[in-house]
Amino acid sequence: MKSKLLIALMLSSAAWAASAAAETTVKVGVVAPLTGPQAHLGKDIENGARLAVDAINASKPSLGGQPVQFSLMVEDDQADPKTATVVAQKLVDEGAKGVIGHLNSGASIPASRIYADNAIPQVSPASTAVAYTHQGFKTTFRVMANDSQQGKALGQYAVKLGKRVAVVDDRTAYGQGLIDQVVKAVKEAGGEVVGREYTTDKSTDFTAIMTSIKAKKPDVVVFGGMDPQAAPMVRQMRTLGMKTAFLGGDGMQSAEFIKLAGSAAEGAIGSSPGLPLEKMPGGAGFTQRFGEKFGKVQIYAPFAHDAAVVLIQAMLKAGSAEPAQYLPELVKTQIDGVIGPIAFDDKGDLKDGPVTLYQVKDGKWQAVETIGGPAAN
Amino acid sequence: MMKPGCKGRRALVIFICVNLRSFADNSFLRMTNFLSDRIYRDPRIARIAFVALGALLLVLPFLVEAGLGRTWVRILDFAMLYVMLALGLNIVVGYAGLLDLGYVAFYAVGAYFYAILASPQFGLHLPWWALLPTGAGIACLFGVMLGAPTLRLRGDYLAIVTLGFGEIIRIFLNNLNAPVNVTNGPQGINMIDPVTLGGAALTRPMDLFGLTISGAHAHYYLFLGLTLLVVFIAFRLQDSRIGRAWAAIREDEVAAEAMGINTRNVKLLAFAMGATFGGLGGGLFAAFQGFVSPESFTLMESIMILCMVVLGGMGHIPGVILGALLVTMLPELLRYIGPLQQELIGHVVVDPSDLRMLLFGIGLVVVMLFRPQGLWPSPVRARELKPDNPDQVHQEQEALYDAER
Amino acid sequence: MDVLLQQILNGLILGSLYAMVALGYTMVYGILELINFAHGEIVMLGAMVAVSVLALLTALGVPVPLALLAALTAAVAVCVATGVLVERVAYRPLRNAPRLAPLITAIGVSIVLQNLAMIFWGRQYLSFPPVLDIQIYEFAGATITNVQILIVAVAAVTMGGLLLLVQRTRLGRAMRATAQNREVAGLMGVDVNRVIAATFAVGSALAAVAGLLIAAYYGIAHYNMGFILGLKAFSAAVLGGIGNIPGALLGGLLLGVIESLGAGYIGDLTGGFLGSHYQDIFAFFILILVLIFRPSGLLGERVADRA
Repeated sequence: MKSKLLIALMLSSAAWAASAAAETTVKVGVVAPLTGPQAHLGKDIENGARLAVDAINASKPSLGGQPVQFSLMVEDDQADPKTATVVAQKLVDEGAKGVIGHLNSGASIPASRIYADNAIPQVSPASTAVAYTHQGFKTTFRVMANDSQQGKALGQYAVKLGKRVAVVDDRTAYGQGLIDQVVKAVKEAGGEVVGREYTTDKSTDFTAIMTSIKAKKPDVVVFGGMDPQAAPMVRQMRTLGMKTAFLGGDGMQSAEFIKLAGSAAEGAIGSSPGLPLEKMPGGAGFTQRFGEKFGKVQIYAPFAHDAAVVLIQAMLKAGSAEPAQYLPELVKTQIDGVIGPIAFDDKGDLKDGPVTLYQVKDGKWQAVETIGGPAAN
Repeated sequence: MMKPGCKGRRALVIFICVNLRSFADNSFLRMTNFLSDRIYRDPRIARIAFVALGALLLVLPFLVEAGLGRTWVRILDFAMLYVMLALGLNIVVGYAGLLDLGYVAFYAVGAYFYAILASPQFGLHLPWWALLPTGAGIACLFGVMLGAPTLRLRGDYLAIVTLGFGEIIRIFLNNLNAPVNVTNGPQGINMIDPVTLGGAALTRPMDLFGLTISGAHAHYYLFLGLTLLVVFIAFRLQDSRIGRAWAAIREDEVAAEAMGINTRNVKLLAFAMGATFGGLGGGLFAAFQGFVSPESFTLMESIMILCMVVLGGMGHIPGVILGALLVTMLPELLRYIGPLQQELIGHVVVDPSDLRMLLFGIGLVVVMLFRPQGLWPSPVRARELKPDNPDQVHQEQEALYDAER
Repeated sequence: MDVLLQQILNGLILGSLYAMVALGYTMVYGILELINFAHGEIVMLGAMVAVSVLALLTALGVPVPLALLAALTAAVAVCVATGVLVERVAYRPLRNAPRLAPLITAIGVSIVLQNLAMIFWGRQYLSFPPVLDIQIYEFAGATITNVQILIVAVAAVTMGGLLLLVQRTRLGRAMRATAQNREVAGLMGVDVNRVIAATFAVGSALAAVAGLLIAAYYGIAHYNMGFILGLKAFSAAVLGGIGNIPGALLGGLLLGVIESLGAGYIGDLTGGFLGSHYQDIFAFFILILVLIFRPSGLLGERVADRA
């Protein structure tokens, strides 16, 4: 029994000594799916953060008078909730002072508990589920408009097109969360929700629900879900002879949707959080700097870039990389990022997160209107 | 003739009334099967081996942490959880020979039961020590509810009905947020209370005699304790009257019935016991993860647990444990395949995460074709399936299969 | 009334797709008493191959009817080869093993096919090239398209052909004999292995046709599309009476109509308590109810042996 304790003591003190060795660099974690179907988006996040960190390191930063360098610890959460907690634990153990990530809300939420338990701030560049910042943790932040802001924009826009709104969601956390917000916004804007139908994220046949929706004679149909469902859905709507407007969130605002839906995509409207890249205040410069090093921006690079900037600026301002010291500075963040002005509300959500609406015209998504954010003023 | 239900009660009595002496004399010796058959024959060596194994299990998280990092302690925690689940499914598939493709439903019931009653969902925060056993009990009830009408079905019908049941449970969990919000729908339930010890949450690091025990370590010991309990119960069940009745049904249901076994009740008991372990595992998962959503309880999860049982060795406890450990560790090992491809071929041809399910599928087929007894079969069944004389195996199998059909 | 008519039409079209897939399950089950879990994946393969070939050929400027024919041929060839191979490698060695064994390999094969398709084609959805000029016809307030009519026609023709094959040809007689009693059929000079392989081949060819029709109807194909489709088709086969070919047809059509009407009306009938989110449950509920109360299905004979 004694020897066991001894071994344990030795082992744990060895681990402690190892962590104390590296001091002049501050480690910041970056987590996103780097393998699997979303690998390209995860890489986008990693590269965006790297661009920011490289630029800051080149400016010879100092913390409380000491010169300091920032290094990224990059981890792969495979877009899987369980793996997310495993890599979150890894980042915590290996001394990350802050975390940029995760991509998927389903990964960000379980991981946030581990960061919060260890008092490590987490800034997500991409997770939009409302629940992520509403768990009562003081360490969760995001630099992208959440589903509630997006749902509100979609709902308001839908009522502009017509008062009778029918909604469909795909029973995923994303689809259901978005549509709940749409329903609320539609009612607030004086519209009427005439039908609410449901499908799944694996369905291809929507004729039954579309037939019941058709019978309720809506002016607009809003779908919360992804492009593989949105595309056949809009096709089946058209073959049922419905000429109703079709709206959806960022899950269907993709090139894939146009490819899959073909000519039926024409006129469909999709929203997406944030400004279009070319309309971001720092968009042009960012596209160029990013292009030189990493190539084409997918979606999340500018957001990951700003997440890294926000995190490191707070450390520099506080003169410390200790979470307890710089967290108050992070809360008070007030900067002009690539994506626009960044400040957090009391939950850690982006204040006035803008949402842009796009419409398919001649087989391409074209920005129609931006709701919220600085462009609205 | 015994009254129906009598055997069920007896099985309960068997593992409730275990006395310590038979515990030390019998089951612990059986557990040393972990190490080797030879040790098992000499009680003295067995005792030493057992103590060594116990010591190893106690310091394992620290060794793992020093060697591989604390991440692996967390992986070890999940592995332990899956050992419990696999042992539960093993009762149904391995002992009683019933193919249950909806096992994850019971896991889900346990997890949601815990989550609903110990989270802000209804503002209820019942204590974990009450919820874990009741959750297991509720899962058991679900097992009986599913089993009672379906267990008279033939094997393959049963498989597909359980599969359907698993999907039905998942669909209900996904949709029961309206009109009354019970499960919070696809959003899942968050902020689930962790297991606490003396008022301290097990998820937070705590100091013990100057030694910092992280959440992952603390859960390791909790899971280890419960896993040992489950292993113990599984061994006791295997050696009990019920266990022999299960084996009889598995080998030949008609003959078993002719011998006076109430096949329906005994099968029901297997279902119920399996479901109980599934429910316990679910409760622990909820407490450990702090977040449950219907995504965690898909058909693929059921199939993964089935893989553990089949690959390891149906009906053999050490084999099933090995299977569970292998299947849980595999994705972690696969992470190294990406860089390996990079080095050998120059670029990543197949994404490592894409290989995981493929390997499980191939594993299921290959094991069934070439080694139906699994990677680590029980000595008895291995002898049945692979005797020295190949002709004999043929004859015996023919006889068995004919009887079974 | 027009809504009801439209829902029944929707259901019949969906149902004829289910029926074509259900035939594959029913034929294999009739002969081997094996649930061929991999059958849904064969349908998926058919859809993926057909879409890929069609996309390739139309991009090369091959005339549409020719490209369609080539896509169909390629899909049938790949599906038949895969079906026969699966039977030879994964099921035949276990023909005399305990029931559990082939069932587990069937699940394994299904996972393997699905993941191979994922690695080969990637995870994105393939889109069916817009080669069919969709015409919408309206009558009595309901709409139907030429593609939908085509689906029902093709399904009817193939199923008629299958019935002829089973009832009128030598091979069909051999199949029926093998289904009744494998050993005795063997003694009577039927090459049982060949008949079983032929059964898999015919079932897989039907799956290929079904795959092509499904891809054409919905406009998309995906490596993940087979499993749930397979489960529903299997439920349809059980509903009609497994092992019974007209039963599979009836079961498929019924399941399609039940799903359509269910999804369309359950919300109104239960006052919003249940909604179309429960659409996928109907198939499973029917499956469980039929198996418990009438395991022989609607058209099957009463089977004494179900223990």
